[in-house]
Amino acid sequence: MIEFRGVTKRFGDAHVLRGVDLTIARGRVMGLVGPNGAGKTTLIKLLLGLAHPTGGDVRVDGVSILGDVAYRTRIGYMPQIARFPENLAAGELFRMLRTLRGVNAPMDDGLIDRLGLAEHLDKPLRVLSGGTRQKVNAALGLMFRPDVLVLDEPTAGLDPLSSATLKDEILRRNEAGATVLVTSHIMSELEDLCDEVAFLLDGSVRYAGPIGKLTEQTRQKNLERAIAALMIREVA
Amino acid sequence: MKRVALTITGIQARDLVRSRWILAYTGFFLLLSEGLLRFSGDEAKALLSLATASLMIIPLAALVLATIYVYTTREFTELLLAQPIRRSSLYAGLYAGLALPAAAGFLIGVATPFLLRGGGDPSQRGALVALLLVGTALTCAFTAIAFCVALRTEDRLRGVGVSLGVWLLLAVAYDGLVLTIVALFGDYPIERPVLALMFANPIDLGRLLLLMRLDASALLGYTGAVFARFFGGPAGTWLAAGMLLLWIAAPVAVGARWFRRKDF
Repeated sequence: MIEFRGVTKRFGDAHVLRGVDLTIARGRVMGLVGPNGAGKTTLIKLLLGLAHPTGGDVRVDGVSILGDVAYRTRIGYMPQIARFPENLAAGELFRMLRTLRGVNAPMDDGLIDRLGLAEHLDKPLRVLSGGTRQKVNAALGLMFRPDVLVLDEPTAGLDPLSSATLKDEILRRNEAGATVLVTSHIMSELEDLCDEVAFLLDGSVRYAGPIGKLTEQTRQKNLERAIAALMIREVA
Repeated sequence: MKRVALTITGIQARDLVRSRWILAYTGFFLLLSEGLLRFSGDEAKALLSLATASLMIIPLAALVLATIYVYTTREFTELLLAQPIRRSSLYAGLYAGLALPAAAGFLIGVATPFLLRGGGDPSQRGALVALLLVGTALTCAFTAIAFCVALRTEDRLRGVGVSLGVWLLLAVAYDGLVLTIVALFGDYPIERPVLALMFANPIDLGRLLLLMRLDASALLGYTGAVFARFFGGPAGTWLAAGMLLLWIAAPVAVGARWFRRKDF
């Protein structure tokens, strides 16, 4: 379970998060949506410990993560931009993360094959295509059987086949019990993946709950139109 | 803690050693060292020229290389930050992974031509060792300074600009500034303030250490000349060396503090 409790974040004068309360129950898939600058990435960074909240608390399974490091053994993170040191090979990255997370870290041995990465393991990352690099990125997040999976625009730059494979992998992880937090600009993708969505605007949560309830409330036929309706209402 | 730092140092060093940057850097010192030895005919002269060039090039290369590398590996650093490791270990690993390959490039480049000649003239060996040590120390100091600059400056272009500014100030403009101060306040007893100014510049400290070894005090510059008058002999060497080490420790510590607190 992931909980944000009254989380605020200021960068200088900019209030990026203005009191976010959000709970993602264990084993659920939550989509995070909102316009650019709404605070999605900042919220994710706070969960990962990349940034420190100005106020409030972030908890994983009821325990505050502030000042903690060990909780990250349970987190898999797939960042938005797949930029790695270009002279390294994907295989070296996997081995490095393995060492960093402890040799006893659980591993998903079939993942490399399922993502079609086996033949690319020994090549320098700079010669891989953008799509293949994005798959390496996904593998780094999924490899260690995380209980909590955090994905920032996971299918950006993937062809439809790879995109479908990745979504399958995310759902497979979820079926194994993982809680998932995912951002995306593609609403139909979130409809495929998510149980719930949270709509973030100007640093606070304007809606959090099942997708079906949101479309019903806004009387729209799909998530994209429902979010658009929410945005129009909020701006007006 | 150690395992984590070593792993990160290892992976970063591997990336850098395979990059053209370090190859070019090593090649530059290799050519310079070999060329000077071959064409100056006199090992003492070759060492003096090498020392003068190193005092300019090392700070510049360390600053620019480290600043750019910290920026280009930003996303990778974020991926590492999301792993179950302490920030202090990560910082130690990243810093060593930059400073060690750069120092190795310099050491291999300069020393190889001497080693191929059987270690060179025994009477110059002390000077050669001093050059290798000072070069390594300057690499470590300026890599740490670059780290601090890149951590505090979000904008990449500005960060590289600040690093170049640091180099211009300390490597190029410094002696001129000191001379200006001396000229302005020449009527007052200013030897002590001038000494303090020298301690405030790692390149000046490096130059002093090398030139005391190379017996070329004419090239000491103003601050060095004052220093040599105050502290000749081994005491002066130890003092300058201690200050130079402080110039590694202080920016490394400041960088560690900033890295621990930074919002990525």
